[in-house]
Amino acid sequence: MYQTTYHRASSVDEAASLFAKGSEPKYLAGGHTLLPVMKQRLASPSDVIDIARIKDLIGIEVTGDAVTIRAATTHNDVANSAAVQKAIPALAHLASTIGDPAVRHRGTIGGSLANNDPAADYPAAVLALGATIKTNKRTIAADDFFKGLFTTALDDGEMITAVSFPIPAKGGYSKFPHPASRFALTGVFAVKTKAGDVRVAATGAFQGGVARVGAIEAALKTNWAASALDSVTVSADGLMSDIHAAADYRANLIKVMAQRAVQAAG
Amino acid sequence: MSQVQLTVNGKAVSADVEDRTLLVHLLRDHLNLTGTHVGCDTSQCGACTVHIDGRAVKSCTVLAGQADGASVTTIEGIARGDELHPMQAAFRDNHGLQCGFCTPGMIMSAIDIVSRHGGQLDEATVRHELEGNICRCTGYHNIVKAVLDAAGRMKVAQAAE
Amino acid sequence: MGIEGIGASVVRKEDKRFITGKGRYVDDIKLVGMTHAHFIRSPHPHAKIKGIDASAALKMPGVLAVLNGKELVDDKIGNLICGWMIHSKDGSPMKMGAWPAMAPEVVRFVGQAVAVVIAESKNQARDAAEAVVVDYEELPAVADVKAAIAPGAPQLHPEAPGNQVYDWVIGDEAAVNDAFSKAANVVTMELSNNRLVPNAMEPRAAIADYDAAEEHFTLYTTSQNPHVARLVLSAFYNIAPEHKLRVIAPDVGGGFGSKIYIYPEEMVALWASKKVGRPVKWTGDRTESFLTDAHGRDHVTKAEMAFDKDHKITGLRVKTYANFGGYMSLFSSSVPTYLYATLLSGQYTIPAIHAEVIGVYTNTTPVDAYRGAGRPEASYLLERMMETAARQLKVDPAELRKKNFITQFPHQTPVIMAYDAGDFNASLDAAMKAIDYAGFPSRKAKAKSEGKLRGIGVSCYIEACGIAPSKAVGSLGAGVGLWESAEVRVNPVGTIEVLTGSHSHGQGHETAFAQLVADRLGISINQVQIVHGDTDKVQFGMGTYGSRSAAVGLTAILKAMEKVEAKAKKIAAHQLEASEADIVIEGGEFKVTGTDKKIALPMVALAAYTAHNLPDGMEPGLKESAFYDPSNFTFPAGSYICELEVDPGTGKTTFVNFVAADDFGRLINPMIVEGQVHGGLAQGIGQALLEHAVYDGNGQPVTASFMDYAMPRADDLPSFKLSHTTTLCPGNPLGVKGCGEAGAIGSSAAVINAITDAIGNNALEMPATPDRVWRAMQG
Repeated sequence: MYQTTYHRASSVDEAASLFAKGSEPKYLAGGHTLLPVMKQRLASPSDVIDIARIKDLIGIEVTGDAVTIRAATTHNDVANSAAVQKAIPALAHLASTIGDPAVRHRGTIGGSLANNDPAADYPAAVLALGATIKTNKRTIAADDFFKGLFTTALDDGEMITAVSFPIPAKGGYSKFPHPASRFALTGVFAVKTKAGDVRVAATGAFQGGVARVGAIEAALKTNWAASALDSVTVSADGLMSDIHAAADYRANLIKVMAQRAVQAAG
Repeated sequence: MSQVQLTVNGKAVSADVEDRTLLVHLLRDHLNLTGTHVGCDTSQCGACTVHIDGRAVKSCTVLAGQADGASVTTIEGIARGDELHPMQAAFRDNHGLQCGFCTPGMIMSAIDIVSRHGGQLDEATVRHELEGNICRCTGYHNIVKAVLDAAGRMKVAQAAE
Repeated sequence: MGIEGIGASVVRKEDKRFITGKGRYVDDIKLVGMTHAHFIRSPHPHAKIKGIDASAALKMPGVLAVLNGKELVDDKIGNLICGWMIHSKDGSPMKMGAWPAMAPEVVRFVGQAVAVVIAESKNQARDAAEAVVVDYEELPAVADVKAAIAPGAPQLHPEAPGNQVYDWVIGDEAAVNDAFSKAANVVTMELSNNRLVPNAMEPRAAIADYDAAEEHFTLYTTSQNPHVARLVLSAFYNIAPEHKLRVIAPDVGGGFGSKIYIYPEEMVALWASKKVGRPVKWTGDRTESFLTDAHGRDHVTKAEMAFDKDHKITGLRVKTYANFGGYMSLFSSSVPTYLYATLLSGQYTIPAIHAEVIGVYTNTTPVDAYRGAGRPEASYLLERMMETAARQLKVDPAELRKKNFITQFPHQTPVIMAYDAGDFNASLDAAMKAIDYAGFPSRKAKAKSEGKLRGIGVSCYIEACGIAPSKAVGSLGAGVGLWESAEVRVNPVGTIEVLTGSHSHGQGHETAFAQLVADRLGISINQVQIVHGDTDKVQFGMGTYGSRSAAVGLTAILKAMEKVEAKAKKIAAHQLEASEADIVIEGGEFKVTGTDKKIALPMVALAAYTAHNLPDGMEPGLKESAFYDPSNFTFPAGSYICELEVDPGTGKTTFVNFVAADDFGRLINPMIVEGQVHGGLAQGIGQALLEHAVYDGNGQPVTASFMDYAMPRADDLPSFKLSHTTTLCPGNPLGVKGCGEAGAIGSSAAVINAITDAIGNNALEMPATPDRVWRAMQG
């Protein structure tokens, strides 16, 4: 790791002002995205600004319509939240599949989304559920947030403060883990909204990062059942291909994981 | 350089370290607690697992500064004098270790698993929850046995307290 | 057996330090004035070094030196050796290029060291390493073994035209041709045995400490064989004469073969320690493990098996291309030859065998022995062939094996090995019973009704272990003898220290070896201390690999014990005024049979050291040593059967059951033996399902971290059902055969046989990733 300067912020405003003073600063929440990259010397922030202990950034609120998770809430806390388990069980399930227990004790939803790893789990939930990303400056709709590999709509210094997930009529997440990294080799989040709309997002599969899967959505809109996807073909165009999964295999996984997500959603 | 102050195995400690220092290196290089090991560079093998404020974490993926003010428990801090922690005893009794390198992290993760699941553990759960700890010697067979054995022992110990 | 004697599952003495965080591994050691090394490694698979500019790095904080390969060669540090001479079929010796510890002119694999920074701290060394500018001229590279021997391929070493190290043969080609000409059935397969990375959990490390006044070096290193390291560093690498070099291998976190070899980093640390006048520490990170630890396997093979009309095997023809990487590692040449082709008879009577092995250089990390070393490749080949033959001949795979089992011992195979004992039917029967082989068809049908594809796969392995008779391996080209030594010291108070040349890096020698002593003397294992891993303490040793520590190392202890006991009996007889022939040892006491006269071991020991009243002419003291050279290899064998299900949607494999029935001869500590089997099975299953060291076509490693190289985790594996059948090894007095490698040797084929059975397509290579299985299911 290169030299850096560590700061611990006690408020969102303090964090933002520390960020403004740094030459190449980075926010640090759980650190489970940033620190591995820094250890490999692939990132060299001048300053790391620890936002993990800012009280305003921690916690989960559930209303009749939405689950709002503040940015520095850990995966473990989301996975084990009785309120989340009740309101959007698929979201709690998704959090329980991220990394391993020790990773879930540190990793945060805000950190995961700000990084937008193409194989991360949370982006699938955000996109499929049509969540709203709240930052210290504005709110951003899920459809506008993800801008490709490791790229988001966040401006320099802009910090995610919370994510608000509308509670759907039905939702399921099914993940096929990468055999080595345990990220999603392909993960699919399938949602039927209370308004009857269907949104399906896949992570780990697309070259451009998380994306909705139109063919699956169309079939499920007609018939919300796993069997409705039996005859659907997912195109391998634009899918990632590597030693663990070629594009056509990922295309198959999108369909199979979508079927299992629908089954899980009930 | 910054000064970090934290509690390690029940004792208050402080050290002046570069800001880029990871918790694992604070423990090993500055506090001479070499039971916590480094087995990979990508936060996956779990040999460095310790508890921060009672939760298992990978100390290779935490800056020393992030642990400032926290309470850290390492493999050296779980026995009570000569009395082994039930998880340590179960690893020995079930031959849950061979070369011993992954063992400290494995034990710290296993204690965390049992404390989160209580008596609700079965083999499949233990195997799934050990996902973040890699062992190359044992094939996990006896590690899984040890964790299930210890879960029973810890329940008994808890009931006795 | 006593409660701590031979055959008892005693919990391990060494565990307390490991479970309390008090193990002492190389990286845990700090020396006064210690400096830190960071290596600068080639990012290119093949390149010329045009220049190295360290001027900026030398000005950075804490930097003491930047040293390069030219300086190393100028200081006459020797090139790395390959210690087993193999001759090609034309009689010519194998063709090897030079391997300096840091490349002075040309790099031949990604990760090869070209320079080293020595600094006050590890971070400073790494910071400065980035400021060293290496000017490379990239050269064309080749990673694939077949591509490397094709005409026009990039050439690695001028000494080895066509990148060919050797073209070696074994067996009777004419007899094999005859068998095939008369065959009723022929089975042909192309097989690849995937390249693996050993990945002991402790990364390699070294601390070198030069004492200028004494001109003496101490090396702390992660070694399976510290005496071999000292010998090679001294005799070939010109570091220091042996009496000026102490090598200590303290607690070592796993080896699996990868820590047999003397690596460039240890050589450079020693050399640099003298250069900077301070101790130098190097601790590898996991990326360095992937790039520089010797890899394993990597064969491409065509095999043909001939059967007569009664389904008896009549001949086997094998041609294998072995990928050695960019340089010939220490024992690499022996792995695809004498450790592989000599096992191609397996458990079967095969009248004629011929194998040709072509060793090839490529721009990849050097390949050497990894758990099993040659024998997994042979076993995988045979057991895939047998399964395939059974399917082709439409007979039960277990029955086909039984029909061809060797049943009379000793049995001379056509490929050197003389099997001394075994009962292959017994182990296969035990495995079939354990898994309810007969009930499989109904389980398969039930699974099918639930939408799952279920398969079963058998694998019957044999291995040659306990290497080895020195005379035999010497005649085959080995550069060293493969005996073992031991010393037993009875202290004046009656406690015992056993010094062994074997090295424990997880195998539990401190317990199992003590059990032998406890068993013979009737004392507690707590009175026995096993000392190993330090060339200043232990007189000599060949180390631990090839499942040899019990068969060879422990037998050496037995031989020393016999001498100690003989002398102690003389002393006891003298003290008790009895005949030596009447003395028996029981419960830590020397007793005169048929009387109540006795003397306790501590009193005998004290008498030996006070020397006040010893038999006339007897030397004082009670300490004996022995060197033991085995008369033959040992032949552990067994049967593994795997039952699993394949998810038709994803191709993912889930284990239903995995049974192992092994014959290891006598078991010293069954708990430890079973632990060894579990670990071996995990590595074999890892090879079958998950692990693969991949290079792209240009020699860039694709899998150089745990993010890309799939290590078996707890949820990838089942619990195993183990059992043992026993035929004692006649070749050593303990009757032990060795157990360290069996699991890794026998399990891969069982898994692939089961998956191919489940999906009904035999065309499947290791690792059988979900993608590959799914693809095979598509037809």
